[in-house]
Amino acid sequence: MYQFAKWKYWLVIIVLVVGTLYALPNVFGEGPSLQLSRNDRTAMDQAKADQVLGLLSADTVPVEASYLEKDRLVLRFADAATQAKARETITKRGNGEFLVALSSASRAPAWMRAIGLKPMSLGLDLRGGVHFVYEVDVQGAIEQALDRMERDTRTTLRDKRIGYTSVTREGDVVRVVLRNADDESKAMDTLRTPDGGVLLSSSQSAEGPVVEMRMTPAEVKRRQDIAVQQNITTLRNRVDELGISEPIVTRQAINRIVVQLPGVNDPNEAIRILGATATLEFRLVDENNNPYEAQQTKRVPIGSKLMMERDGRPILVKRDIIATGEQLSDASFNFAEGAPQVNVTLDARGGKSMMETTKDNVGRRMAVVYIEKKQLAEGERCEGQRSGNLCTEESVINAATIQSVLSSSFRITGVQATEGKELALLLRSGALAAPQSIVEQRSVGPSLGADNIKRGVRAMAIGLVLTFVFMAIYYRAFGWVANAVLLANLILTVGLLSMLQASLSLPGIAAVVFHMGIAVDANILIYERIREELRAGNSPLAAINVGFEKAFATIADSNVTTLIAGVVLFAFGTGTIRSFAIVMTLGIITSLFTSVVGSRALVHAIWGRRRRLEHLSI
Amino acid sequence: MEFFHKVTKYPFMHTRKVWYGVSGAAIIASIVLLFVHGLNLGIDFTGGVVLEFAYPQTANIERTRSALTGGGFGEVQVQNFGDEHNIMVRLLPHEGQDVNQVSAAVTAALKKIDPNVELRRAEVVGPQVGEELTNQGGLAVLFTFVLIGIYTWFRFQWKMGISAVIATLHDPLIILGFFAVTDIPFDLAGLAAILAVIGYSLNDTVVVFDRVRENFHSMRRSTPEEIMDASINQTLSRTIITSGATLLVVVVLLIEGGETLRGFSWALTIGILVGTYSSIYVAGALALDMKLSALDLIEQRKDTSEIDALP
Repeated sequence: MYQFAKWKYWLVIIVLVVGTLYALPNVFGEGPSLQLSRNDRTAMDQAKADQVLGLLSADTVPVEASYLEKDRLVLRFADAATQAKARETITKRGNGEFLVALSSASRAPAWMRAIGLKPMSLGLDLRGGVHFVYEVDVQGAIEQALDRMERDTRTTLRDKRIGYTSVTREGDVVRVVLRNADDESKAMDTLRTPDGGVLLSSSQSAEGPVVEMRMTPAEVKRRQDIAVQQNITTLRNRVDELGISEPIVTRQAINRIVVQLPGVNDPNEAIRILGATATLEFRLVDENNNPYEAQQTKRVPIGSKLMMERDGRPILVKRDIIATGEQLSDASFNFAEGAPQVNVTLDARGGKSMMETTKDNVGRRMAVVYIEKKQLAEGERCEGQRSGNLCTEESVINAATIQSVLSSSFRITGVQATEGKELALLLRSGALAAPQSIVEQRSVGPSLGADNIKRGVRAMAIGLVLTFVFMAIYYRAFGWVANAVLLANLILTVGLLSMLQASLSLPGIAAVVFHMGIAVDANILIYERIREELRAGNSPLAAINVGFEKAFATIADSNVTTLIAGVVLFAFGTGTIRSFAIVMTLGIITSLFTSVVGSRALVHAIWGRRRRLEHLSI
Repeated sequence: MEFFHKVTKYPFMHTRKVWYGVSGAAIIASIVLLFVHGLNLGIDFTGGVVLEFAYPQTANIERTRSALTGGGFGEVQVQNFGDEHNIMVRLLPHEGQDVNQVSAAVTAALKKIDPNVELRRAEVVGPQVGEELTNQGGLAVLFTFVLIGIYTWFRFQWKMGISAVIATLHDPLIILGFFAVTDIPFDLAGLAAILAVIGYSLNDTVVVFDRVRENFHSMRRSTPEEIMDASINQTLSRTIITSGATLLVVVVLLIEGGETLRGFSWALTIGILVGTYSSIYVAGALALDMKLSALDLIEQRKDTSEIDALP
């Protein structure tokens, strides 16, 4: 009989075993769970986990499973009631040390988790949650930068005693009219920025010599990037505060930010919390008085304010503000000679004020105060000052000793790498933010998500049964081969989706159903060819072989076109549509494999070894 | 079981003028409908707000509508969605409206008349985003056609490539015509389905063309028309059975998939029917009328021997 290479059997078996293994976690379903992270943003460790488990067992709350994952502790419970009880226990007895997020976790056994097997990740339309797209007004950010350039120019010229008649902004140009040619050349030297972000050009006009300043396109792009990045940082901070599991905050296109919050039921609540704004203040630390004493006696020295550092220690700061977030133009984190540092750049006004203050205060400490303003929901507590339903919370994010006289750019050293990164992020998010608005919002309640899953699974089951019956009736024994191949194909698709952790949406499930039709097509092509060969008078074995050979080219050709559509859809689509494209593309790949290699192996195993084959059940 | 026990011998190409007429009429009707009546575009493309609410009891559409009209929401559509407990509220975008506040305001207005109402789904799409999605969708369709055209051109031959693309172009137009007639909302998922149909319909055409290429080699004495007919007949069984199998599962989606997938499932259903038709009647006929012949498909053996004068 015809040779069928042994290694192909092994290939099919190995692929199927691996695929089944990856698909397996999906069988177990999910249970209600809590995700705990620590309030001070450090990682959860085993000791802390034991502490939490101790609290729960003291309250006789049964925990089904508990494990550490990505710096968080995951606790799974038998039902929602136990989950609620556990949450209450932890918030009540955890001394506010933990952020608790409601979530759901896979019921797959621990060994699967240990070797990295996870169920498919479900999209927001299946698990419930909100999806926002913010648009950042990048033009607004450029306007702000130009305004700042105009102000700075005036300050600089005045400081350097360069005579000018006017500094005006006309569109994206800052126009400086100078007194005379001498002032003009001095102005050209002074206004040139070291980074070359500003283009200078001089000309003559009726009013006198003119210097025109405009931003280079690269500078404009950089400013836009900073603006979007800054808003992303602010949104991330807000999202962290919500304490939800697996949030996504990413940039989309030039000026858009996508925020996905799984499990959040109330979009309006989320909008409110994400809408909070932050700003910054640089102030001197009051080192003549004891903050602990002030905290205990509740008597704060005149001219000072009592605030808290992020770790909860009290600190006294002076009432006078040196500079605010509005004057901060950039903050970045990097390493200088191996030591982490945060570079801060202020505008001219802020720089001047910084210089005046620091020249008398070298050796003292300066605090960076982070101020958040948010709208309170009914019954929500405000940790800071409250006016109406507006809450202002202040905290000191850094207090460093002033080493020398500072001006518009300085650096903060002596921070840990993680701390420094966080500080730079917070500094940037406290700078004057570009305005942003929500341009797209999609939210699905948990009940609808569950309905969607139920519907999708039902459609899949009915579709599968109907296809099975149809193929079995029409192609008899060969129909069952096609059915086995279809089942293998489904398992491989689910396995691949679980492996890639690409999120599955309702259109994605629809693609799985639609794909069943396409997947059987390859087998239909082969079987029709075999029937044709039989009709032409070929022996059954020859018919099988020729059928597979001839059908292969057609199968490959015809699948490429669907693959093209899938790839284009993936490139253009977003969100739920992308899931459709992914399933379609993966499905074609798996069906090529299962029908061409898998189906042939099975057919060969059943019919190929018989010495004499008179009749085929096809 | 076998529906096509013998290879059929339908003279498909003989009647091709009739089918040109049918297809032409359907395309013109679709285009006219699209221009005159237009599509009932979903908010993915128009921008606006769609909110889905669930009531524990039967929803009162009239009360909901009267609660919302005059609330400063502009034009409001309220209708049942899926079953009698669920309603869908759709607001068209209008000037000076802050989309971020709309869903909160509508929810508050409905909670006032019935506190048990539950917001199941909220979709707010800014007009800007809607416009972008429309453009991107159009571009995606265009790109698919260009890439598929290039592929069939290289894999077969330019006449067949152009015929395949035209035959496939015919399908989305008729699907859109169907959406215009029935007023079924056309959304992003519907557009995705159209792209899937393009791939699927071409898949059918490619199977036929593969056979055409093969037959031009094996049936050297036959006319192109005979070869085309033979190829379509030989693959007819596969075409019908595959379409049947796919239609089976797509109809399941149509019935079981729920309201959210309605537009998507309809686009697929119509697409499979029209795609099957166009692969049988349109693609081959066009290639034939572009004077496809054996010369186009059989490589000429080049004479590589050389004669050189002796030095």
